[in-house]
Amino acid sequence: MTDDAVRGAVLVERSGGGPVDIPSGGGPEARARPSPGRTARRFVTQNLGLVLAYVILAATTGTYLGFFDASRGSLPGAYSVASIVDSAIPLSSAALAQTLVLLTGGIDLSVGGMIDVTNSLAASNFRPDAPNVIAWSVAILGVGALGGLVNGLLVVKGRLQPILVTLAMLSILQGVALRILPQPGGSVPSSVTNLLVNPNQPTGLVLIAVMAIGWMAFRRTRFGADVFAMGNDRAAARARGVAVGRTTVAVYVASGMLAAFGGILVAAVATSGDPTQGDVFTLNSIAAAVLGGVSLAGGRGNGVGAIAGAFVLTLIVDVLFFANVNPLYGPFYEGLFLIGAIVLSVAVGSYLRRRSRL
Amino acid sequence: MSEEASAGALPPAGAVGEAVGASGVTKTFGAVRALEKADLSVAFGEVHALVGENGAGKSTMIKVLCGALQPDEGEIRVRGGRVGLSNPAKARSLGIGTVFQELTLFPWLSVAENLLLQREPRGRSGLVRRRGLVSEATRMLASLGIEHVDPGALVAELSLAERQVIEIANTVLRGPEIVFFDEPTSSLVEQDVRWLFALIGRLRSAGKAVVFTSHRWQEVTHLADRITVFRNGTSVGTFTSLGESEAVKLMTGKSVDAIYPASASVPTNQALLEVSRLSGRGLSELSFEIHQGEILGVGGLAGQGHRELFLTLFGTQRATGGRTLVSGRPVRLRSPRAAMRAGLGIAFVPEDRKAEGLLMPMSVLQNMTLVVLGQLSRAGFLRPREERRRAAVVLSQLNVHTSGPDQPVRALSGGNQQKVLIGRWLLADSRILLLYDVTRGVDMGAKHEIYELMVALAAEGRGLLFYSSDTEELAHLSHRVLVLREGRVTSELAGPKIEPEEIVRASIFEVTGSRTRD
Repeated sequence: MTDDAVRGAVLVERSGGGPVDIPSGGGPEARARPSPGRTARRFVTQNLGLVLAYVILAATTGTYLGFFDASRGSLPGAYSVASIVDSAIPLSSAALAQTLVLLTGGIDLSVGGMIDVTNSLAASNFRPDAPNVIAWSVAILGVGALGGLVNGLLVVKGRLQPILVTLAMLSILQGVALRILPQPGGSVPSSVTNLLVNPNQPTGLVLIAVMAIGWMAFRRTRFGADVFAMGNDRAAARARGVAVGRTTVAVYVASGMLAAFGGILVAAVATSGDPTQGDVFTLNSIAAAVLGGVSLAGGRGNGVGAIAGAFVLTLIVDVLFFANVNPLYGPFYEGLFLIGAIVLSVAVGSYLRRRSRL
Repeated sequence: MSEEASAGALPPAGAVGEAVGASGVTKTFGAVRALEKADLSVAFGEVHALVGENGAGKSTMIKVLCGALQPDEGEIRVRGGRVGLSNPAKARSLGIGTVFQELTLFPWLSVAENLLLQREPRGRSGLVRRRGLVSEATRMLASLGIEHVDPGALVAELSLAERQVIEIANTVLRGPEIVFFDEPTSSLVEQDVRWLFALIGRLRSAGKAVVFTSHRWQEVTHLADRITVFRNGTSVGTFTSLGESEAVKLMTGKSVDAIYPASASVPTNQALLEVSRLSGRGLSELSFEIHQGEILGVGGLAGQGHRELFLTLFGTQRATGGRTLVSGRPVRLRSPRAAMRAGLGIAFVPEDRKAEGLLMPMSVLQNMTLVVLGQLSRAGFLRPREERRRAAVVLSQLNVHTSGPDQPVRALSGGNQQKVLIGRWLLADSRILLLYDVTRGVDMGAKHEIYELMVALAAEGRGLLFYSSDTEELAHLSHRVLVLREGRVTSELAGPKIEPEEIVRASIFEVTGSRTRD
């Protein structure tokens, strides 16, 4: 049979006998091949969450600069910038930890508990000599990996809901932290603080850059590809030969280690330890990730966006400080600001989406 | 007709050239027997079609042969040797590839990432090479003659047809020796169907075994070297050629003439729905009436405002002008809720049951009583027994094949889902039913039951507005047919018998004559 006959056969099917050529919407001619000029627009379309995270960050930074200038009559100097960067670094690490788990479609509530434990461990054990600090840092990351391993095994082998497993883990870790350091105290050698988060110069930006580059490298590993595939469709990923169970466990282990690193940073910034200081990181890490465009349904998101989310959450606190808001009402205005930022990003997002096919 | 005859005449197990085969395969799901002692034998270098109604066992057979389901009894052979296919990976390792009806692509990854998952090209650093990924995917797609899909696009950006093309490519590119296609053309546009036919031809000349299912008879006769007919879970026979009427008889046990029921109702003069000068997106100044007991057909080429008309009457799309009267009283249809409550109740049964009608994971019962919960409850509390009683009456009236009112709708065949949806509106006692391409993707037997139901509903004095992409169906069932073109009624066909050709002619040429308005 010729091509025309085939075509005829198909046409007969839909039209019931007549020689009707039904116009079709799609087909080979419908879409042109991409031109280099479309690259930028394509990036925006495919990374809408990331782009919007930076739109929010820019708006927040602008607001911050406005209030800073109004209250101090000048723009912030190195010290102020360093203070923002230093408070954002631990949250950035926690947000990356959260992002990894969210990408698989899970959630990690134990991030805060892990930071409780690890900042307490650092503050009560770091001594001002390099071998000690290195040994304890490795040990602390090991604790993070261990906690993540338990989470991961319970989720995968126990087939339990991640939200329950990590909620239980959060409680356990909070208890452990209070055994390690019953009340705030301990100390972190100034050499460690200066190395990680110099309070006078924004050297912490180097760490931020390392995290961002680390993320982009992760995205280009096979492990990264498997994590994203799994988050999109677990069954399909398994059918294509992705080791779904092992990859999930690995994600929780990596998440635990990033949270533990966040704990070391918390201790370094505070130069002491606090067994309850980590608690806020659970919700804040989720908020940072979602502000950064990470989908709670899994399979979509970008760690570089989550870092922007961490900076937004940090900047809000400073904005309120320079706006002379009574600290008692701080959370109230933080909430208002967050809702405003999200409304803005939804508006910009739907505008951009209308111009694409997503 | 040369008949190779049924089961007994199949090539014996282990015959030279047999790619894949099954003997006496039985598979049950609870009380339902999906397959009962079914046989199949497919040779290398052959295109083999499986035909039958929905629920006849074609898809189950494919799932058993690709390792997705394990049979309760029976023998499976691959290349003549008896095998156990405990999982899809095992089947894949034996050279079996399957294109399922459900898409298995990752929506938020690019086409290239989808095609190359687990085989990503890596540079010296061990990291995936982005550019290599895209160029490799471009090369792979080009080898199958796909040039209109951009490998850098996210799958979520593609149209349904493009996704189906990539789904097919993804299976074929893995180089299987035996390829199963389950309803591959159901969501393809015409050009892509031609592409798929050429691809299947290439697979056959390369000596591979191809098995496919289809509800489109023309595809079957055009593509297949042999046809195996399924009915009620059993293979009825394998044939080298088969006429349409024989096929229908084999699949349903009924003859073609019996497919369309005779119209039982004569429309009265009383108008249930009057529409005058209705305008809106895609519609300009449409006027018509639906009478009591009438099936009013709407035809014409695709995309001439049919969908917009239905959505406007159901309140999903806003009208910008015109008047709508329900049994003589003006109504404003600003939302589906308003439409359901307008006078006699306007009901909508869409083609896309999943997206627009049913809540798939919920039960048959819950889906049916959804819009009448208010009537069924007392003091704000539901009355489960009353709910069940009323649903049972409608379920038996509609002859829905279900294990019971608590079965999830998802588990029903397309035709039965459609009946549940119609049943919902019967419970609500809607007098005006908008049926939009309701038989699309529904098998012959279920179509017949839906036709009978439509005729019976009209005979009860309801008014039906009926759009179908199948002109024959439209001609046989409608009392009158309106032909739409660019959002307006260009002709109206009526009479004791409307011929499909008339509708087609009126769709393309603006016929003027005694039987058209203007």
